[in-house]
Amino acid sequence: MSAPLTYLHRCCQRSVLLVVARRQWSTNSASPPPLHRRLLLFLTQRFYDVEMLLRWRYQAQRSQLQKKNVYYSYTQRFYGPDIASAYYILSLKGGFRYVGQSEWFRTNQRGKFSWDFLNHKNTPIEEADMSYTIINYTGLENLERQRSLRTLKLKGCPEVDDWFLARLHLFQDSLEELDISHCPRITTGGLAALRNLKGLKHLNVSSLPGISNPGLVIILLEEMLPQCQITANGYDHNLRKVEEEEEEQMQRQRSLCEETKAHNPV
Amino acid sequence: MSAMWRRLQVKVGPARGLLTSTQVTRRSTWLNGHLSLCQSFSTGTSLRNDFFKDLETHMEAMRKKAMDALPGSSWTPLEINPNLPPERADIVIVGGGVVGWSIAYWLKQKEMVRGGVRVLVVEKDPTYSQASTVLSAGGIRQQFSLPENIHLSLASADFIRNINEHLGVLNEDPIDLQFNHLGYLFLASEAVAHIMEENYSTQRYAGAKVSLLSPTQLKEKFPWVNTEGVVLASYGLENEGWFDPWTLLNAFKRKAISMGAIQCCGEVTEFKYTTSVITTTDGEKLDLRRIKSVKVQMPHSLEYQPVECAIVVNAAGAFSGKLTEMLGIGFGPKQSIAGIPLPVEPRKRYVYVVRCPDGPGLDTPFLIDYSGVYVRREGLGGNYITGASPEEAAEPDASNLEVDHSFFEENVWPHLAFRVPAFEKLKVTSAWAGFYDYNTFDQNAIIGTHPLINNMYFATGFSGHGLQHSPAVGRAVAELILDGNYKTLDLSGFSFNRILTQEPKLERNIV
Repeated sequence: MSAPLTYLHRCCQRSVLLVVARRQWSTNSASPPPLHRRLLLFLTQRFYDVEMLLRWRYQAQRSQLQKKNVYYSYTQRFYGPDIASAYYILSLKGGFRYVGQSEWFRTNQRGKFSWDFLNHKNTPIEEADMSYTIINYTGLENLERQRSLRTLKLKGCPEVDDWFLARLHLFQDSLEELDISHCPRITTGGLAALRNLKGLKHLNVSSLPGISNPGLVIILLEEMLPQCQITANGYDHNLRKVEEEEEEQMQRQRSLCEETKAHNPV
Repeated sequence: MSAMWRRLQVKVGPARGLLTSTQVTRRSTWLNGHLSLCQSFSTGTSLRNDFFKDLETHMEAMRKKAMDALPGSSWTPLEINPNLPPERADIVIVGGGVVGWSIAYWLKQKEMVRGGVRVLVVEKDPTYSQASTVLSAGGIRQQFSLPENIHLSLASADFIRNINEHLGVLNEDPIDLQFNHLGYLFLASEAVAHIMEENYSTQRYAGAKVSLLSPTQLKEKFPWVNTEGVVLASYGLENEGWFDPWTLLNAFKRKAISMGAIQCCGEVTEFKYTTSVITTTDGEKLDLRRIKSVKVQMPHSLEYQPVECAIVVNAAGAFSGKLTEMLGIGFGPKQSIAGIPLPVEPRKRYVYVVRCPDGPGLDTPFLIDYSGVYVRREGLGGNYITGASPEEAAEPDASNLEVDHSFFEENVWPHLAFRVPAFEKLKVTSAWAGFYDYNTFDQNAIIGTHPLINNMYFATGFSGHGLQHSPAVGRAVAELILDGNYKTLDLSGFSFNRILTQEPKLERNIV
């Protein structure tokens, strides 16, 4: 029993050493993954069983996501498309507001919501707040019939990607406000798809980690949507920072050259 | 004993050298802070020193040889070329482009047990210098006139949307195809507007999200387009755009290899087949061929490996016609089935990269004019990719991939500048040429078996749409081979029979 443990211990030490060595020589700013993740990667490369378990876990996560975003056809058949959309938003822990009403229907921390929204029959939804939910492309089908949706908030949604943005053309006539900040999977190709939303007045694209050259992309977006007010915070447009980084890199290279020269004198 | 004596002599040697050297040399020896051998005038000691220096390397080499000879190492006294393909494979896919690797992936995906089918992909050029996959503009669209083509594109777009679930490998980075979600914008003149309207209804019926625009709506949406001569425009709203074909090819390749497909770099030069003669109801004698083995020639060498196989898939793209000729198809009597060759030939198409700082911005769609000229944005720096299909009579020579720049000035620029006035001032920064695997019969894919060759499946003749249909076509061919018939998409309209009966299935929206 102790033999595998010592083996594991030695592997831990070796992997830690590898990490230390990598830290010396790596020039990119991404930090190495934490110890347990490296250990898991090492085990996955050695044992089929670990690989299979990890793959099952990944597949279970994906199937859970799909189950939440399934098309609520049953609800639609019995209660109509508006109630179905409302129920979908609430079950994903979002919030919404009906047309002509001023109160918002939301879920609390534990996922509980009141069933009062059933009282309003055949009222379309005007504003939807799906921030920090797991809405994705297939889930958007549940909101397809809401052609008077004016505001859509998708702040920090991990599953909102470029295909989702391309599908937003369904709301091209009515959508006026869109918030897609902090969504990690959006890239420049998806932002270009927002050109179909001709009525857009407010767009929030702050802190999108997926886009490279954020300054240029924001300028192009502003040209593409002239009537829209674009909010783009959380980007580092500072040129000086880039220069400092370049200097740091050159310094590091110079010190490395000096070290190698000291070890191997000509 | 003698070794010790030699070592002693070596120690004495440098000491003697030090003592007898002059002041100058002694200073030079201590210059760098450590001792170095100063000049000695006797060759005997230096030879012996070299021998001792070499002794270590000799010992190392002998140790390595001993380790190799022991079992557990991969060394063999018979020098076998490790790059040869295996001697037997179940399915040999000739052609390592995106269609070939897509078929390999789907075959591995659909096999019931691990290692159920042994798939070998043979590619003659690992640098892909002439392959159509990597030289393409990388667009995907649903705006076709045939429902089968529309369904193929929709299925491929679905695949690409979920590409990380299909082709994701555990613990690797997620695949980033750099998909630009901008639709295709087709412009129609008076003469072809009715065709566009018919196509629009077919496309909407098949489920593609396309919208028709009048000239005023077009001007409103895209103010930089000159709408003179345009009667109707069709714009794709979803599932259309362009992406990086190299990433898709590598994703298919990586996943297929991780599931057990074998890749081989070599060229198929010969088939060994058995022939059996059958008589048709008309009394005509036909030669039915069955491929027994494929001769794969190694690059730049006379070495070859005959691979025995059960099924051969022809995914060789522009070179598929040459491959089928090896089986004698096309050399029979003119009126018989054997006399009809595979109507796929390489056609050269030019792609020009132009730079226009005043051009249309981020929302430039893939614009295709009715004159055949197309243009799309490339990157964020004001670069655009443009080109045109030449007339049938003026097809450029397809023996090489040299670019003809006068083609741009005569055929592309005038139409481009007319349609988009901002492009009057532009500069061609670079250009390349690629092959279309052009189906001279009706410009549509040929998928399925040949009536005279039992076990060869075709997946070729895409005439410029191979990349955008590759995931769905791969699945269809894998279903044909493993399930015996199409299961998800019915592509029996693309079988070889239409070429035998001379009934073309024309695709009217070819770019």
